[in-house]
Amino acid sequence: MSQLPLRAQLASALGRTAATLSRATGRGDGSVIGGRLGLMLEPDLLRKLAADRKLALVSATNGKTTTTRLITSALQELGDVATNAFGANMPAGHVSALSSAKAAPYAVLEVDEKYLPEVLDTTNAGIVCLMNLSRDQMDRAAEIWLLAQKWRRALDGKPAHVIANCDDPLVTWGASTAARVTWVAAGQRWREDSWCCPECGGPLDRGGSMAAGQGAAAGTDSSWACRECTFHRPEPNWVLDGNDVIDPRGHRWPLDLQLPGQANRSNAAIALATAEAFGLEPARALPRLRTVTSVAGRYTTVERDGRSLRLLLAKNPAGWLEAFDVADPALPIILSVNAQGPDGRDTSWLWDVDYRILGGRPVYVAGERRLDLALRLDVARVPFQLCDSFDQAVSVLAPGRIDVIANYTAFQQIRAEFGRAV
Amino acid sequence: MQSELSIVWIYPDLLSTYGDQGNVLVLEQRARARNIPTRTVYVRSSDPVPQQGDIYLIGGGEDRPQILGAERLRKDGGLHAAISRGAAMLAVCAGYQIMGSVFGGEEGQPVPGIELLDISSGRGERRSVGELAADVDPALGLPTLTGFENHMGVTRLGPGVRPLSRTIVGTGNGDGTEGCYAGKVIGTYLHGPALARNPALADLLLTWAAGPLAPMDDTWYQRLRDERLRTVIPR
Repeated sequence: MSQLPLRAQLASALGRTAATLSRATGRGDGSVIGGRLGLMLEPDLLRKLAADRKLALVSATNGKTTTTRLITSALQELGDVATNAFGANMPAGHVSALSSAKAAPYAVLEVDEKYLPEVLDTTNAGIVCLMNLSRDQMDRAAEIWLLAQKWRRALDGKPAHVIANCDDPLVTWGASTAARVTWVAAGQRWREDSWCCPECGGPLDRGGSMAAGQGAAAGTDSSWACRECTFHRPEPNWVLDGNDVIDPRGHRWPLDLQLPGQANRSNAAIALATAEAFGLEPARALPRLRTVTSVAGRYTTVERDGRSLRLLLAKNPAGWLEAFDVADPALPIILSVNAQGPDGRDTSWLWDVDYRILGGRPVYVAGERRLDLALRLDVARVPFQLCDSFDQAVSVLAPGRIDVIANYTAFQQIRAEFGRAV
Repeated sequence: MQSELSIVWIYPDLLSTYGDQGNVLVLEQRARARNIPTRTVYVRSSDPVPQQGDIYLIGGGEDRPQILGAERLRKDGGLHAAISRGAAMLAVCAGYQIMGSVFGGEEGQPVPGIELLDISSGRGERRSVGELAADVDPALGLPTLTGFENHMGVTRLGPGVRPLSRTIVGTGNGDGTEGCYAGKVIGTYLHGPALARNPALADLLLTWAAGPLAPMDDTWYQRLRDERLRTVIPR
């Protein structure tokens, strides 16, 4: 902010220049290179840039980027908000985001799950949102029990106000060392990673659900409790009930979002609770949430030769479950899967996704690892057509509406074909 | 095997970290293709392990669930009874280590296993993450093993087991071999859906449990194997 020491001002300015050059030369969106350069010149830059701001950190396996966007939109009701809108969610990205909005009194930063302890330590953020933890690209990501354990240690003894999803047992465990927690019953569709008590290892009894391993879609009863120790679901302060959010005073707010699907209603419930922690009541926050239509290309619809393609991103089994919730059963669907670094080089997770829900609709398979997906669908007895490329899949489909689900780099490749659609 | 082939998946609530369900689905599908009816039992870690199953599967997991799984299996005793009865088993990654006398815990400390295989495991220096390819013991008559490994384990094989394979690419047990077998029990570091990449291994388990199998359409399995082996094995 304006009282930054000279060295930090210089580091911040040079970082911004590098970011501009990166964009101008078409090398990237600049949100990482600029931050890296700034941190090289002033290792304490993130702390300095974060000081004197009202800052929220947002972390989870899924929904980080969208929830960050929703909270940012809400807080713009109060003033300027610095945010890492491009999903660059490690310290270099945070430096870049804060540098580019130096005067903004508010900041909302999406934080990679592994980096949360470090970023919390550095920034001393006043608010931390924790939404869900599930298996995710394990060849590069951390094991999630370990991750929750690190969250516990990081929050212990800090003044941060945590907004956490109490329907996710592992998140509840990770959040419960915090000095102050607002619990949001935001739902948990994927349950395959929370059958055991994170506190003692005993079995968790869960309301209205099937046995472990037998399909992950949950019913509506979100209660859970350990059979062997006292660990149980805390009483929520905020509750997501279908399309409505019930606030701590019992007032019911119909969400009516433009973003589709239950996962986004869950993200919005967290966003409303977070906005209130900033002093912004739902009556003022909610209209702002309703203006968000797509986030970094997710949920956006692109057009080609009479075909309207809606782009859905799914990076892990829980994400696929959420994408299936949004996809229209009446439409043909293209699935595209890669296994580059950011996707995880291991495609084993395909076997955790229950593809049988796609039976009955025309399914087209593309992407660099299409043969992995083809076998997976064959074993699930879902008929499909294998395509050499996404373009080929589009061209063999008749004009009309089409759903597309892709994992990370496959999604970015498709998005690039449509001029980095947002 | 009685009227239907019984597949027992041990502790999906603890040890099913990454696509382990794939091994269940592949066995079911390949039995179905041979008109062998199957019944799959999902055993939660709080429940007893049934002793009358035909094929037992146990998967991979994080350090803490691995330790909990080993404790419960030892206390339960059902798996030991089933294996001594002659049931077949595929143990994957963390589940593989559990089958030995000892494995490495969260801090590398030795944790007792359940001693169904003559192996002992510890923690290595670094994590082995990546594609693995290996030549299977000729006595088993199986084609090249292919899959993905992601572990820090080093496993020493005792005289009571034979190496399942010799690595072409990847780490496996850490001494140039990958996995092991004894009787009808197979252990491997190929995590997650190892049987999806190695249908012949699935058929070996099915044969042990149900006798000789009719041929089936392996098109998609074969295409995936060809593509993976072509990518992974240096020329």
